[in-house]
Amino acid sequence: MSTIAALGRLRAAATGYAQPAATVRHRHLSARPMVLVPYVLAGEAFAPLAVLVGTDRDRPHLLAVPQPRDRDRRFAHAAELAGRLLPHLGAFAAETETIERRGDDPYERSLDAPQVLVPTAGGIEYLRLLGRSTRFRRTDGEFAVPAGVPLLGRWSTWLADRAGVPGSSVLLAMTDLLTQAWATGQSAMEDGDLASLLAWIDPPAGRRGDEAAREAEGGPTAGPATDPAFDERLVPLITAFDEAVAAERESDEDAARGERERRAEQAIRDALAAELMPTWDRMWRGVDLLSALPAGASVAGRWEADRASYSFFAADLADPESRPQPRVPGAISAAAQLAGRERAQARLDAEQVRDDPLLMAAVRLAGEAFRGELIAVDAERMVTEPGKKTARPRPLLVFRTEDEPLFGPGTELACVERPDAKARVLVNEPGRMELELFGGMGGGKAPKPGSVPERGEVLCWTSLIAEFRRSPDWPAVEDTPWTHGGPPPEPGSEPDSATATGPEPDDDALEEWS
Amino acid sequence: MGTTGTTGAIAGRLEQLRGELPTRNHNARTVAALAANPGCARRGVLDAAGIEKTVLAERLGFPARYGRSPFAIGRGNVFEARVKADDGRELRRLLAEVLGADPDDGALVDVDRGGPTGPTARPGREERVARTREALLRAASGDPDACAILDHPLLPLDVAGRRAYLEPDAMACRVAGRLHVVEIKSFAIIDGSADPGKLASATRQAAVYVHALRGLAEELGLDPESVSTDIVLVCAQDFANRPIAVVLDVRRELATTRRRLARLSGVEELFAELPEGLTFDVAEERVGAAVARVPAAYLPDCLSACELALFCRDEARACGTGGDVGTLGTSVRGALGGIDDIGTALALADGTRAPEPGQEDVARLLRRAQALRHEALGGVG
Amino acid sequence: MTTAHTRAPQGDPAALAAAATAAVLADLGSGAHRGVVVDSPPGAGKSTLVVRAAGELAASGERLMIVAQTNNQVDDLLVRLAEEHPHLPVGRLSATGYRLPPALVGTSVSNAEKAEALDACAVVVATAAKWALVQDRRWPWAIVDEAYQMRSDALLLVARLFDRALFVGDPGQLDPFATVDTSRWHSLSYDPSQSAVVVLRRHNPDLPVHRLPVSWRLPASAAPLVSDAFYPFTPFRSGTGPGERSLRFEAAREHDAYDTVVDVAAGSGWGLLELPARFTGAADEEAVRAVATLAARLLARGGTAVGERTPAGVPLDASRIAIGVSHREQRARVESALRDLGATEIVVDTANRLQGREFDVTVVLHPLSGRRDATEFHLETGRLCVLASRHRHACLVVARAGIPELLDAHPTANPVHLGVPVSFPDGWEANQAVLAELGRHRVSLTP
Repeated sequence: MSTIAALGRLRAAATGYAQPAATVRHRHLSARPMVLVPYVLAGEAFAPLAVLVGTDRDRPHLLAVPQPRDRDRRFAHAAELAGRLLPHLGAFAAETETIERRGDDPYERSLDAPQVLVPTAGGIEYLRLLGRSTRFRRTDGEFAVPAGVPLLGRWSTWLADRAGVPGSSVLLAMTDLLTQAWATGQSAMEDGDLASLLAWIDPPAGRRGDEAAREAEGGPTAGPATDPAFDERLVPLITAFDEAVAAERESDEDAARGERERRAEQAIRDALAAELMPTWDRMWRGVDLLSALPAGASVAGRWEADRASYSFFAADLADPESRPQPRVPGAISAAAQLAGRERAQARLDAEQVRDDPLLMAAVRLAGEAFRGELIAVDAERMVTEPGKKTARPRPLLVFRTEDEPLFGPGTELACVERPDAKARVLVNEPGRMELELFGGMGGGKAPKPGSVPERGEVLCWTSLIAEFRRSPDWPAVEDTPWTHGGPPPEPGSEPDSATATGPEPDDDALEEWS
Repeated sequence: MGTTGTTGAIAGRLEQLRGELPTRNHNARTVAALAANPGCARRGVLDAAGIEKTVLAERLGFPARYGRSPFAIGRGNVFEARVKADDGRELRRLLAEVLGADPDDGALVDVDRGGPTGPTARPGREERVARTREALLRAASGDPDACAILDHPLLPLDVAGRRAYLEPDAMACRVAGRLHVVEIKSFAIIDGSADPGKLASATRQAAVYVHALRGLAEELGLDPESVSTDIVLVCAQDFANRPIAVVLDVRRELATTRRRLARLSGVEELFAELPEGLTFDVAEERVGAAVARVPAAYLPDCLSACELALFCRDEARACGTGGDVGTLGTSVRGALGGIDDIGTALALADGTRAPEPGQEDVARLLRRAQALRHEALGGVG
Repeated sequence: MTTAHTRAPQGDPAALAAAATAAVLADLGSGAHRGVVVDSPPGAGKSTLVVRAAGELAASGERLMIVAQTNNQVDDLLVRLAEEHPHLPVGRLSATGYRLPPALVGTSVSNAEKAEALDACAVVVATAAKWALVQDRRWPWAIVDEAYQMRSDALLLVARLFDRALFVGDPGQLDPFATVDTSRWHSLSYDPSQSAVVVLRRHNPDLPVHRLPVSWRLPASAAPLVSDAFYPFTPFRSGTGPGERSLRFEAAREHDAYDTVVDVAAGSGWGLLELPARFTGAADEEAVRAVATLAARLLARGGTAVGERTPAGVPLDASRIAIGVSHREQRARVESALRDLGATEIVVDTANRLQGREFDVTVVLHPLSGRRDATEFHLETGRLCVLASRHRHACLVVARAGIPELLDAHPTANPVHLGVPVSFPDGWEANQAVLAELGRHRVSLTP
């Protein structure tokens, strides 16, 4: 961690109030985010217990499963959730703009895309598992599920996959958003608790953040894992529900049928609502705090990539031939995913420090950037470089700086304020930096007008230069080489193979826990 | 190794610290947890004395927020029973799959059942250890290809001079002349991967069993290396409760376990620093002061590994001027070049305090960092 | 203590090495395998093997492509090829703007940007990145050099170009790294973030694996330690015996700790310059100054390196010394300190970038020096292995006191992933072994 970021935590601990960790918001924030607060049953691989969901802070929808181990109820819950989520997720596909591409066909990109906010990183994992457990379900045959269920699975899978792409904003955890913007006086591990994190940032009136955080600890958890103490309270409620269901199956009094079961279910819903509502309120409080921050200059550009990904995915869904995402990626797609994420990470790192003076301050402290005032310019300077016949414009720039960059002679630098400019270090001595400008001046015999900075300008230069790397040409799947296991079997020919893509019922369709 | 024991004087010292406080029997989980924060003297002393830290934490007014969900416990039990059911049929199938054992050969010996007091009575601990030894010897001398399974074995292990009894929910199986520890966990392996944290904790526990089993084998005159460092982990597959087995290499964790146990026996050095006559068995209002006599090394990771963590965190936040930087995590601490006190670090950054000899470099770094932070925040940070 | 270390191979090193090479070449020639893997400890004659194998394959009329990881590695290989096989037509496939270094001008090596232009060459050499761009060509054989440094996704891009391949590399060095979290792919047999050899062997478990048993680089003082600490299951020995190499310096003038540790290292092959215990940031100014001063002192002392290749001795000039660090910022600070001392020609680099390189004497800033807490990064076995195995004569380590205590207090809680082979030995044990040896060559520095 940079000493500058560490100072933020120290100051927060000493004052009792969170401190800025960024001067801008580095993620896109939708005007109408879909907030999702999920709970799952402890001990199970994936058994949804409840969600609070909605786009209106005043109208949360509670979807609860009174007996999460009951397969039918589980899928009824998934169908209900699909009913809430799918209209919103699909709503942005219709309005598009046409984007021209060099060397490729133009494509349609939606003007906006959905955004889902969950409390913690666990919520992202929840969507991944929701996707995995529903996208292969059949809508016909013996274990048929409602049509929305596999569709929800494919959307959830897209969201969770996309969340792994650095800088993406379609699915975000509130704790990540808040810790990017603020430093608390507790550890990163404790910041994983949304209640105490938010208490540091936004304590109740008249309270200090540290006090409020301590009080918030041990309260209802933001999930998706439940608090064991809450589970102790839930056990008798679920037992009562099971008994009600069993009793009513045997009862033949029409009047009483359903009433006991309904009451038992209501008791479970009440308990869940009480446990989930504080998190719901915190989610929206977080949205308010984040909206008050200005977005970084590059945020819109990265959101464009999300919009493009959304459009491609929505178009694929609409194709009747398309299949659900495979259980695990094949060798080629895994490699392409890794390469794509590394490119996104490089872009994000470069853009964030340029957008945010506080992040750039850490780069300056590490000696990889400096900020200084231009005190002398020789705009006429021409240099004939070794191996070249003609002299090229190489303006000389002399800066005064209090920074202590560790650049050796010849280091190439990029400029924050003048993104086209490229310069090379000539002399680096304490307080003074001599650079020669060699790029961003046009191809002419003299620099193009306005391309040479003028005396008095205060500029920031860094050796962290994001290289544009083209995506490599990956082999076709059927050309997977022998070093990587050779071509995978045709989909469907070996249903047990790890790369099988066909929808097939899992065993858990058949099994039920008692 | 491990049975070197502690001297009588040390045993007396531990006795005194403990007083009438309830003690805890070490199990694989607590022995595995010794690897967390080994630099903490407080934890070392309490573990060596075998004090039940949950009770101590309550007396200190900082009850631990631990607990397992009844749903998780229920599912774990059901899963384990299913794997072992029917004379271990399912388990045999899995062992055949991953180790190449013959599923139809070899007996399942339930160490916990039967005996002189009747077929259903549960024997005492030493009795079960004796039966485990006997069953091991029998298995070792039997057909090397037979898949002999020991259910409910009890393994003795010397932890800082006190005898602990490890009760694998798992079993020791002998396949092809080698003994393999089997761990049964109900968490899921989905599409070939599982939660790395849960896997790590299962691996650490299994390593403790391997260590104890090697000790037992040595006592019995068997080759300790015949206890394999490849353990079998049985988990649930995907979203179903069908069991699946994987083999895990626990060599790293075994080395760690040995180091930590050896270190625990070196608890004498810690006592040299403690006041004579110190005991934790005192009235509630004085227990905090007594515990505070043993220095702790609190870090945020303690919150998930030690019952006393909330007490130690409170203490660390209150110490010095502004608290200990360790409370903010090791990455913050690492950025401050050895300044341990929050107030001192800030005073150096603000230039309101002159650096002591040896602090000049870090003070300069802090002042520059503060100046840059101030500039970036437009003069408000 | 319980790790069953296998004993290092015994016998005449030249004969041992020749037998190992012959076995590799026999496997290649047999045509029975699609691939052959050769594990090579530091300085075990990997390049020599590659050049020999290239010669044999070319002699049998098979066209060959060679994949290296960096442009420097490509050029080094070309120089060796041109020396050993002066009449072999060799091509270098390069990016725009590359020009052959002087050593290759006038040799049988031709340079081109397109593979078509090199169709007449028996051997074509390029970096993996350049090979990835080649279309519509196929070679019966490939040699993949530094294959443990190569990520498996890079192999995926070039494997379509060859039918069979020889994979050569050092398994004890740093694993390839990624800039994003890669845990989601760890359970895949073709995990793109794993090394090329690990993925290759998971899919082709029957490929023969050979080991080169002799390090020609490491001196007799270093091979046993490096072998025990980092290659416990695949031991090797040094090609030279005790006393076959020596390092001489002119008489000391300053008689300070720097002079003393230089003399200690000249005598024993190891030296530890120990600074007082103190926790510092990554940029430990005192330690940085000590590293730069020590390197400059090595130069100033006018050393002579005598060895089996240079019986008359060669002067220890700046090109024969390197400084190894862990972080980019440390590299920049050491370079800056060297500029102040006027010793700019000495190479300073991070462990990652020193992989595969060789020097007479190295000065190493210990990865754990001054750290408040050990991290997985700083404990990584491969990092220490790279830093402790670059030298032909001596390795001088600069560190703050207190590393054993740091290791003792280090909590061990590594996450575990299914299907990922456990890297062994772990950093803790390897660090202890190296520290124990260094402790015998300690000189204290009190600034």
